Order: sequence, then C-alpha cells, then structure tokens
Amino acid sequence: MKGNEAVAEAAIRAGCRHFFGYPITPQTEVAAYMSRRMPKEGGLYLQAESEIGAINMVMGASAAGARAMTSSSSPGIALKSEGLSYMAGCDLPGVLVNIQRGGPGLGGIQPSQADYFQTTKGVGHGDFHIIALAPNTIQEMVDLTVLAFDLADRYRVVSMVLADGILGQMMEPVVLPEYAPDAQDVSKGWAVGGTGGKRKRNIINSLYLDPEELETMNFQRYERYAQIGRDEQRWESYLLDDADIVVAAYGASARVAKNAILEARAQGIKAGLLRPITLWPFPKTAFAAAADKARAFVTAEMSMGQMIEDVELAIRCRRPVYLSNRVGGMVPTPTDILSVIQKANAGHDQ
Amino acid sequence: MATATAMATATAMAMARVTILAGHYGSGKTNLAVNLSLALRRKRPRVAIADLDIVNPYYRTMDAKDWLMGAGIDVIASSLALSNLDAPSLNAAAARIFDDPGLSAIADVGGDDRGALALGRYAARLGAPDCRILFVFNPYRPRTATAGDALAVLREIEAAGHFAFTGIANNANLGPITTAGDVLASLPVAGELSRLSGLPIALTSLKSDLAPALEGKADNIFPMEIIKKPEWII
Repeated sequence: MKGNEAVAEAAIRAGCRHFFGYPITPQTEVAAYMSRRMPKEGGLYLQAESEIGAINMVMGASAAGARAMTSSSSPGIALKSEGLSYMAGCDLPGVLVNIQRGGPGLGGIQPSQADYFQTTKGVGHGDFHIIALAPNTIQEMVDLTVLAFDLADRYRVVSMVLADGILGQMMEPVVLPEYAPDAQDVSKGWAVGGTGGKRKRNIINSLYLDPEELETMNFQRYERYAQIGRDEQRWESYLLDDADIVVAAYGASARVAKNAILEARAQGIKAGLLRPITLWPFPKTAFAAAADKARAFVTAEMSMGQMIEDVELAIRCRRPVYLSNRVGGMVPTPTDILSVIQKANAGHDQ
Repeated sequence: MATATAMATATAMAMARVTILAGHYGSGKTNLAVNLSLALRRKRPRVAIADLDIVNPYYRTMDAKDWLMGAGIDVIASSLALSNLDAPSLNAAAARIFDDPGLSAIADVGGDDRGALALGRYAARLGAPDCRILFVFNPYRPRTATAGDALAVLREIEAAGHFAFTGIANNANLGPITTAGDVLASLPVAGELSRLSGLPIALTSLKSDLAPALEGKADNIFPMEIIKKPEWII
C-alpha cells in the first residue's frame, strides 16, 4: 500500500469512523482513500471547508466520544494550531496525521522534516503537548496509527503521526491489523452526547473563569504528561551496542542513515543508529544511556537542525553533536550522512 | 527456456504503434511503461515515452529521464513534473505520439479516474487502429483485490477519459518481494476480469527472475526489471 492509504486503512481498523479532511499535497490520498472507504464502513467522511474547519469537527466528534481523525501537511497543520490548543484545553483525544513538505511559507511539495519544532515545541498556544509518533516504514505507518488512537484515548491527548512526503507517497507491502470493533466502546465517561436522563450533564470546555481552577487544571494535565514521558518513550536501536558514533535520525532520514551506517562500518567506523519513534516524549533515556558509551553524535534531519536540540538536551551536552541536513525538499543521500559520520569520527570541528 | 521467454516477450511486444497505460493508483504503470519503452526501443528506431500523469507529485517517469534518454528514448513530460509546483499539467509535445506516424510510443497515465482525465484531451485520437489502451491491473492493491472491484475501477477510468480499453496488462505485484506464487495466484483473478470486461490479457508482466516459473501458465509473459531503486529504500 501507499503510505497515505495505509494510514487511512489503519485508522478505520482502529475503529475510527469520523474523518474530516482537506486536500494538500503530499497527503491528499489520505482523504481520497477515506472518501471511498468510510461510507462502506458506515462511517463519515467529510471534506471540510478548510483545515481549521476539519480540526474543529474532530474536536466535536471527539467530545461526543468518537474516534476521530484529520490529516494535512505542514502549512495545513499550522492552520490547525488553534483547534489543537482548544482540544488540549478540553482534554479531548484525537488523531492528526502530518505528511510533511518543505517550508517555510508555501514552500514546496517535496518531502521535509522541518515540522519537528512545530510538533514537539509549539503546535499551539498555551501549555500543552501532543504525542508525536514517527514511522519509518509503511508497516509502521499502520502500526503507529493504531497506537496513536490507543494512546490518545488512554491519556486524553491528541496524537500525531508525523511522517513526510516520502513515506506518504511510497509503497511497501503491509500486514493490516484485525478490525477493532470495540474501539468505539472505550469507556469515555466524560463524553457528551446525551445523558438519557440517567447521569449528570458532562461539560467539555477550555474556558475557566477562576484562575486558580485554571492553574489546577494545568498542573493536573502536566502530571499526565509526566506519566507519558515516563511510560511511552519509544525508539529503535540499530548496531548501537559497540557504536562510537551514534546517528540520531527519524522517519525517512533514518532509512538513509542505515545505509550510511553500513558504509561507515565497512570503512571501520563503529557507527550505530538511535531512531526516535516517539518525538514527544523524546526517548531521553535511550540517548542518555548511549552517551555513556559513544564518542560523538550525528543528527540526520531534513531540516536546518531541529531535533539536534533535543539530542543535546537529552545527553546534557556531554558529547559533541554534529548535524547532517538537507532541506527544501531535498532528500539526503547515504554519502551526505557518511561524510558527517567521518567528520565526527575524526573529531573535526562541527 | 530463454528462447520460450524471448518468444513470449515477442508476443507481448507485438503491439500497436502507441501503447497507453492507464489503471488504478499504484498498479505499477510507470515501471511497466519504462520497461515497455526499453523493449520497444530494441525493435524500433524512434521511441518516446510520454508522462501524462497529472496526479502523482513524486515517483514518476521523470525520475528515470536521464537514464531513458541515455537509452535512446525520448522523454516527453511536463516541465513542471517533479518541481515544487503542484499544478496538473501536460506537455503539448505529447500530441506527437499520435501525430508522428514514424514514432513508436508508450504513454504513462496517472492513476484512477482522476488521472485518466488527462486522456480526455486526446479522446478523438484514442480509437485509432494503431493505438492500444491497456488497463494495468494489480490485484494486490486495496481497490482492485477482486475482479468485480477492478471492473468498477476500469469503467470509472473509461468514463473519465472518454475511451474504451483494448486489453488488460496483468501486472500483479507486491514490489520487490513478489514471488512466482503471487503471480500464479493472480491469474484466475485476471482471467475473471478478462471474462467480465470482454478484454484480452494483452500481457502478463513480472520480474524477469520469475518468468521461468510462469512459462506456459500465463498469457503473453513480459519479463521486467524494477527500475532505479532510490537510496532510501533498504
């Protein structure tokens, strides 16, 4: 399947029956696939009037207890910022897919990873986080989409599947999960949608007139974030055990990095990969442990250097961190990354 | 065995001057188009491949442009293909594949009914006797897993492009991991699609290493290579 189709099919199998879309390259196939599949499952596909409309429809469906999703690409995600903040303020779960393209501004339609900051640091106003899952195969596009729904419901947060144009557009064989028919029945005692005269009314709201109450809500929310930080860090290690040079890369960049690492090993450089699967929470534990043994780190990203800041934080700047990057829709080659691995290995200036 | 494969290839290539490949999204049209153009170039002096894809932003014939030009094949594509401009566009020069009787050509059309809209531009020429239009079929794709579903897609594409297919290219594949068993399992489905649609199986395309296992079992075998593998595919 194509990555964009795989995400859509996985969402349906995870019990999502409410999808609100808006076209933008390179993610449009998510919406196109949903428009054909959802009616067959008795679900709702609706093309919203804008990205902003779509996220607010997700908020409404989620408030009623449904598993709801929207998808977009970088500039479209920026438009959803307000809705995401409101969802966080209401403690509403939801799933968002970002198939990144080059920026800033209208940028281009070719792949990019320049939304790392947007996703992990500033996806909207106010104090909040979203869980960010970064697949690097089409199988992971499927698996992490299912996980995104489960984590969103478990913690009452928005989960984002953060991929890029390469992963959205490329095709690989996948094994799809069984349908999760009970997913709609996840106990959501907080949801609105009718009391049946049997319970007190639920209120979904992000407005608090009393500042003390608002402060309490924020502290409680951050206790949940702390729990996510402790329990949900995910990563993949590849040839890491004896690595002098640790390459940090996620998504499509990690695929290229694996080739660069194999080439480095062929040249006698002990390189390994530490691939964050969760970008928030960032797998700090794994990076701190890797810094005990490695001499230097290389981050390989399709951005001007964004994840590198989290790597430096996670290892408390105990080791030098080099940047290998291509931007503007250009995809790095193994040679690009290898040259920085060689530089790191030689201890040259960053 | 090699001789039998060569004969099968010759049958598959006994083609009209212009072969147009349309079909569902991700059926493998571009890979088939590139391989057909290379095979055609071995038999004919002047060969062009026309990229008529107005849907896909990446992974298209243009990716192999330099390589194809090096093989003596003229590549006709929009100047905007693979650029950062997301504008569906065709190269006016694509009309040459219909107008120039000395030119043999393969046309690679975008997927699904949306992609086939591009063919409407050439509708008046598509019924010519030297033009064949093949429905590229891959049952290992979600929308075309059964003959009935594939027929529905086939009809959608015909309606959008204002033409009628003349044959089926059974391009059953799961990418590089495709086995002979996968292709064998596709034959009854392709046969059923042929029966339902009334269209012949013009060719059965498959990775060249699988061709010996399919000898005598599939119609008009066309052995192919998988074109340039990007470096991030590992």
